[in-house]
Amino acid sequence: MSDTTAGQVLTTKDGKPLKAALARALRREKLRSLALIAPLLIFVLLTFVAPIVDMLFRSVENSIVEDTLPRTVVALREWDPASGQVPDEEVFAALYGDLVVAVEEKKHTRLGSRLNYEESGISSLFRKTGRRVNRMDEAGPFKEQFIDADDKWDEIGTWQVLRQFSPPYTDGYFLNAFDAQRTADGIELKPEDERIYMLLFGRTLFLSIVITVSCLLLGYPIAFLLAALPLRSSNLLMILVLLPFWTSLLVRTSAWKVLLQQQGVINDFLVWTGLISDASRLVMINNQTGTIIAMTHILLPFMILPLYSVMKTISPTYVRAAKSLGANDWTAFWRVYFPQSVPGIGAGAVLVFILSIGYYITPELVGGTSGIFISNRIAYHISSSLNWGLAAALGTLLLVAVMVLFVVYDKIVGIDNVKLG
Amino acid sequence: MKLKTVILAGTALAFAGSAAVAEDMTLVSWGGAYQASQKAAYADPYVADHPDVTIIWDESSAEAVAKLRAMNEAGNITWDLVDVVASDAIRLCDEGLAMEIDPDTDLAAAPDGTSAADDFGDLLVSECFIPQIVYSTTFGYRSDVADWGGKEPDDICDVFDLEAFPGKRALEKRPINNMEWALLCDGVAKEDVYDVLETDEGLDRAFAKLDTIKDSVVWWSAGAETPQLLADSEVVIGSTYNGRLFALIEEQKQPVKMLWDAQVFDLDGWIIPAGLPEDRLAAVKDFVKFATDTQRLADQAKYISYGPARKSSAPLVGKHADLGIDMAPHMPTDPNNAKNTFLYNYEWWADYRDDIDAKFQAWLSQ
Repeated sequence: MSDTTAGQVLTTKDGKPLKAALARALRREKLRSLALIAPLLIFVLLTFVAPIVDMLFRSVENSIVEDTLPRTVVALREWDPASGQVPDEEVFAALYGDLVVAVEEKKHTRLGSRLNYEESGISSLFRKTGRRVNRMDEAGPFKEQFIDADDKWDEIGTWQVLRQFSPPYTDGYFLNAFDAQRTADGIELKPEDERIYMLLFGRTLFLSIVITVSCLLLGYPIAFLLAALPLRSSNLLMILVLLPFWTSLLVRTSAWKVLLQQQGVINDFLVWTGLISDASRLVMINNQTGTIIAMTHILLPFMILPLYSVMKTISPTYVRAAKSLGANDWTAFWRVYFPQSVPGIGAGAVLVFILSIGYYITPELVGGTSGIFISNRIAYHISSSLNWGLAAALGTLLLVAVMVLFVVYDKIVGIDNVKLG
Repeated sequence: MKLKTVILAGTALAFAGSAAVAEDMTLVSWGGAYQASQKAAYADPYVADHPDVTIIWDESSAEAVAKLRAMNEAGNITWDLVDVVASDAIRLCDEGLAMEIDPDTDLAAAPDGTSAADDFGDLLVSECFIPQIVYSTTFGYRSDVADWGGKEPDDICDVFDLEAFPGKRALEKRPINNMEWALLCDGVAKEDVYDVLETDEGLDRAFAKLDTIKDSVVWWSAGAETPQLLADSEVVIGSTYNGRLFALIEEQKQPVKMLWDAQVFDLDGWIIPAGLPEDRLAAVKDFVKFATDTQRLADQAKYISYGPARKSSAPLVGKHADLGIDMAPHMPTDPNNAKNTFLYNYEWWADYRDDIDAKFQAWLSQ
C-alpha cells in the first residue's frame, strides 16, 4: 500500500477504477461458484431448512379457531369472562351462523379436536352440537337451543377456552411443553400429577450424557487398538466394529431383551454359577439400565470411527520421542498422545450425543417407564394424539437445547477442535 | 368439463363391464397374520373375479392417522382403503380425513335381506367406519406357575391380587382399558365406570388401585410383547389382543390359558380416505362392498381368531384353515367367553384421552 498516495486512484487500462473492476471480476467468480453449489443449496433449503421452519411455525400457529368461527371470535371480544356470566344472545347467534357453515364444510369436529387438547370434553361438544345445529330454529333465540343441545355451552369454562385460543397465534403449546398453563392469575406450573415434559427433558439430557460417556470409555481403547495394530489384524477388528452397523436395529434391540431379561441368558448364567439366587434375579431391562446398555451398543461405532480416523493420523514418532526423553508409558500417553486424540473425542462425543438425544425406538422397546426419552412423547403426539402443535413445541425445545449445548461445547472445547479424520 | 364426463363415463363403463383397464388399489393394513387373513379372505377372491385389479398392500396402519393427515396436507392421497381401529376412525372422521359412508348403499345387505345398518348394528360407531372384526383386549396367564399352588385366575381382579397370584404382570403402556379394569376391581359397577373416571376422585381411585401392582408390572407398547413375555416366563399374567394369545396357545402350544373375564371389546375396520378422485373411489367402493359382505367376514375367521362384525356372519364361522380346529369357541364373541365383557366407550375416550394420557404418563414416570 506504500506506493498508493492519497488522491491517486489506480485504474485499469480502459480507465475504470481498479477496485471496482476487481470487485466485478470477483462477483462473477462468486456467482459462478454459487451456481455450482446451487443444486445442493436448494436441496438443503427444501428438505432441511423448510421443514424445520414449518415445524417452528406449527408450534405457535392457531388460526383454526378464527378460520372456523370468524363471527364468534369477533363477538366474543366484547365479552368479559370476569363477569361470571356466559356470553349473551348475540354471541350465540354468531356461533350459530359460524357452525352452520362449519358443519357444511365438516370443519367443526376438527376445531373440536384442536380445543380438546386444552379442555377435555370439547371434542364431543362440537361433534354433538354439529349434529343438532341443522335442526335448530333459524329464528332463534339461540342461547337456549345451544344449551339444550349440550349444557357445556352454559359453562363459563368452555367460553374462556374459546376466547383464550381465538387469536391466530398461541403460546399454549409452548406453555404445555414447559408443564405450565395459563390460569386466571397468569402463567403457572401445572399440578404435580400432570408435569412430565420437563422431567423427560432432564432425563433425556442426563441419559444421553451417560451414554456418550460410556461409549467413550468403551470406544477409546478399541480405537486405540485399531490404530496401533498391524493392518491385517486391525481390518478384522474393524469388521467386528462395523458388524452391528449391518444388522437391523430391531434385531439388535430384541437380542438385548433375550440377554437382559429376568429369565434371560445373563440372569440364567449368574444363577447357574451361584452368584445370585433364583429369587433375586437382576432387573436389567425395562428401566434406565436397559436403555443405557442397548443404546451404548448401538451408538458405539459412531464413537469408534471418528476416534480411529483421528488416531490413525497421530504419528508414533511423538510417543517414541517422549519415551526417549525419559517419559514413562503413562506420561507419554497422557501428555503426548491423548491431547492429539482430543479432536476425535470431540467429534465422536458430539455425534453420539446428538444421535442419542433424538432416539426413540430403542428406549421405547427396552426403556420401560423410567428409561424413555422426550422423543417418545414427540412420536406419540405426532402419530397417535395428532397434537402436532405440541409435538412441534417439544421438538423446538429439543432443538434449542441441543444448540445451547453446542455453544457451551464450543466455549469449552472449541468447535475447531473437532475432526472427523 | 366435457372431457371429464367422458372419462368418468368411460371408467364407470369399464367397471360395469369389468373391462381390461388395469387398476392399482392400495390397501393399508397391519401386516402379519392379520393382513394375511384379509388377503386370503377378501383380496384374493376379489382379484380372482377382477383380474384387471392389482392390490398393493402397505403395512402402515399403526401410523395411518398421522400419514393420512400429512397426505391430506400435501394434497396427494396415495391410499385407497385404510384399516384402522375404531378410535382412530373416529379421530380421522373428526379431522375430515375419512369419507362418510352410507351403510345401506355402500355396504351389502345380509343374505336374508337384513339391511347392512341393522346387520352391523351398534358397531357402526362412526359415520366413516366400516367394521370388519370384533377383537378383544384380554388377559392370558401361564398355567404352570408353582407359586399359585394349583389355583388359576378366573376373575379380572385376580390380576390385582398379588397375594394369591404373585408374579409379574404385563399391561399396556396407555390408560385405556387399564383404568377401567382398575375401577371395576375397586368396586365400581360396570355401568358407572366412565362416570367415575370423569371425576378427579375417580382418577385418583384408579391410579391408587394400579399403584398396588405398579412395581410388578412390565408395560408393553406392541401387541407382540405380551406373548413373548408369557412364553419366556417373564410375566405370569399379561394383557394383549385375543388373536395373539390364540396364536401363542394353539399354534405355539405354550402352557398359557385365556382369562376372558372383563375382556374389553374393540373394533377394527376400514375407512376410505376423503378426497379420492371419482374413478378410484368407485373402484374402492366396489371392493369394500364385496370385502365386508356376510360370507367374506365369516371367511376371515378361518385364519385368525377375531369375531366377524356382522351378526349374520357368526353362524357361518367354521374351522381354522391350517389347524382344523373349530374357531367358534375361540371367538371373543362366543357366549362362553363373553359372559362378562366390557365395551370400550369411544366417545368418552375421544374426549378424555389427551388429558388422562398426560396424567397416566406422569404417573408412570413417578
